[in-house]
Amino acid sequence: MTAPAIELKGISKAFGPVQANKDISIRVMPGTIHGIIGENGAGKSTLMSILYGFYKADAGEIFINGKKTVIPDSQAAIAAGIGMVFQHFKLVENFTVLENVVLGAEEGAMLMPSLRKARKELTELAKEYGLKIDPDARIDEIGVGMQQRVEILKALYRQADILILDEPTGVLTPAEADQLFRILDRLREEGKTIILITHKLREIMDITDTVSVMRRGEMTATVKTSETSPAELAELMVGRKVLLRVDKTAANPGKPVLEVEGLRVVDSQGVERLRGIDLTVRAGEILGIAGVAGNGQSELLEVLGGYRTATGTVRVNGEEIDLTGKHSDGRSRRARGIAHVPEDRQSEGLIMDFMAWENAVFGYHHDPAMQSGLLMNNAAIKADTAGKMERFDVRPPNPRLQAKSFSGGNQQKIVLAREIERNPDLLLVGQPTRGVDIGAIEFIHQQIVRLRDAGKAILLVSVELDEIMSLSDRIAVMFDGRVMGERLPGETDEKELGLLMAGVTETAA
Amino acid sequence: MDLATALQILDSTVRLSTPLLLACLAGLFSERAGIFDIGLEGKMLMAAFFSAAVAALTGSVWLGLLAGIASSMVLSGLHGLASITFRGDQLISGVAINFLAIGLTVLIAQDWFQQGGRTPSLIGGGRFQEITLPFADTLQGVPILGPIYHDLISGHSILVYVALLMVPLTWWILFRTRFGLHLRAVGENPAAVDTAGLSVVGLRFAAVGICGILCGIAGAYLATGLQAGFVKEMTAGRGYIALAALIFAKWRPWYALGACLLFGFLQAVALRYQNIDLGAFTVPVQFMDALPYILTVVILAGFIGKAVPPKSGGVPYVKER
Repeated sequence: MTAPAIELKGISKAFGPVQANKDISIRVMPGTIHGIIGENGAGKSTLMSILYGFYKADAGEIFINGKKTVIPDSQAAIAAGIGMVFQHFKLVENFTVLENVVLGAEEGAMLMPSLRKARKELTELAKEYGLKIDPDARIDEIGVGMQQRVEILKALYRQADILILDEPTGVLTPAEADQLFRILDRLREEGKTIILITHKLREIMDITDTVSVMRRGEMTATVKTSETSPAELAELMVGRKVLLRVDKTAANPGKPVLEVEGLRVVDSQGVERLRGIDLTVRAGEILGIAGVAGNGQSELLEVLGGYRTATGTVRVNGEEIDLTGKHSDGRSRRARGIAHVPEDRQSEGLIMDFMAWENAVFGYHHDPAMQSGLLMNNAAIKADTAGKMERFDVRPPNPRLQAKSFSGGNQQKIVLAREIERNPDLLLVGQPTRGVDIGAIEFIHQQIVRLRDAGKAILLVSVELDEIMSLSDRIAVMFDGRVMGERLPGETDEKELGLLMAGVTETAA
Repeated sequence: MDLATALQILDSTVRLSTPLLLACLAGLFSERAGIFDIGLEGKMLMAAFFSAAVAALTGSVWLGLLAGIASSMVLSGLHGLASITFRGDQLISGVAINFLAIGLTVLIAQDWFQQGGRTPSLIGGGRFQEITLPFADTLQGVPILGPIYHDLISGHSILVYVALLMVPLTWWILFRTRFGLHLRAVGENPAAVDTAGLSVVGLRFAAVGICGILCGIAGAYLATGLQAGFVKEMTAGRGYIALAALIFAKWRPWYALGACLLFGFLQAVALRYQNIDLGAFTVPVQFMDALPYILTVVILAGFIGKAVPPKSGGVPYVKER
């Protein structure tokens, strides 16, 4: 019988009082794809970091191909044939693909022979695994899908037999993700062992052979993928039944709240990012904007949120709003009843070093209720925040914690609570559940639907097609700064939307 | 302007550019590895003093050079300890080093030599002598090229040639060796270096060490080549001008040569034309002396275009969770 490619026995790791990994044991057979699934903060990444030599386990043993192996640092992990593709790529952006592949794996003190050798080997790897790439392209000039490919090539160039991928599809479009899975399939055929860390159930079901579920630092189950179901996995992850579909009644749209006509944006490089957008969002409906990231959705939100100038007409509740002048800022937008949950909560939605109560008042600190004379009424703000945290189930419900000490889902709930509780007429919400765990996704979706049912207009931008399909009452697809078309969720499917997202319309196709 | 005057100005440009160039390349190594070094000035000053002091005491300029390099490296080590090992603020560490150097040099000079914070004037073997290149005298008679070779190219101290040779050498190290690739990578994305199994700390210390050596040579040149002895605060902001030149050069060795020659030229012009009579009024000498510094500001403000510093410059590396 073959020895497992990787066997972990009784791995434990604590960061201070937090037990990130508790007595974890796992066996991964060679030539298989093994999924590790769990909510954010379940300890998946910590476990893999131990395997890659980033952290030292407090207890436990690692066996590689049946041999006990000590992995004190990344060098040892590489030597043991382990390659890791991190969620946030570890690439030098102004280096070429070739230079990145070679970095740390050079042959001698001179660069040129190493680069020549790597170039040759890269061509061979490209042929062997279908990983075509331009070795002379600079990292900052290629897309994320390609960058991820470079990471995989880096590992293969170092003769990795075991590949660990940490949330590999978080940054990819559906098409890029499909492509990645084809590559992983190919790697498995060639006998590589792959560990796939994710919190997306669909990926686990699609590609893995076996799957381990982690919850709060513990391994709760390891099962054959063919013998389980998404519902069972979700339950194992969260510890309770989860609603995977959004429960909502049919929309009851009222008068138009947001009317956008001929909206154009030219960025600082002179590139036209929005090429004439026409949209209407009515009271009591959710308009979902689907599209591959970078096709103008961010710019649209920025214009409507008041921090990017544009030309065209935007009316809110029938009144035109200023798109360029001095009344074009976040504060005047809020005064018009527009609330904004930005796409990137860590850089636009929150100040990570500030406490929850300080974050929960941003944008609304001019409110007289939050002030006492010239000063801020901190006691009132804190009390208000505590209420918000309770209503939005933010854990831990402590207004004095820094924003960065909350998990992604709880950070998002703080932003959402701040914006929704102001009772806006129009809510702009971008990537509401990016990097958020399943339990929180469910809650966030419910809150958005609840706001809609209260007769508010919602503009939802998301790159998650599932999210768009299940939340929206109408779907608009953006491509290259234009709206390619509008569809009703019941009358379209992922295939049609996917084509629109790629810029293909029926007439053109 | 006749050829002789032009050659004189260019000759002095080369001399004045040398310490700038060495300091600029020193900064280049450090900053390419992600360690901002505002302490170039302090390191040069310290090296200037110790090279002059040791040269004065032993009569050997070479021992002086070694002492200068050693003292500069001690400060580099301090900067490394503060900013790499203890992940402190690189600007604050650099400023501290500058103050430390200003105070210590004068204090020790007074204690050792009792000459009001200066070293005795260096004579004979205590200074770097000018080197006459082969055939310089024979070829002097050749029109135009002769004087250029004799007056401009020949007749500098060895450190001038060392500085000029450092330019291609730096380029070669950075872009043609494994070490150079690692060095550039650690300044851009230390996480990439770390996951590749290389030592971020080791690389950054190596870079800071090279920076120390080059600053040491620069300081030694100031006190034992350009001038004959140490005087209080003799670096006169050259470390900062070198930093400006580094930004102007966009952290590239050949550009650094150009930038330093330009700043050296400005200093040479200021030295040569102390009072310019414009008929109606005379440009005061103070203005001419200030000119290189004013132009530093102007050039940095307006003429460099987009200068992108190494991405992880100034940021201590902390392994993420």
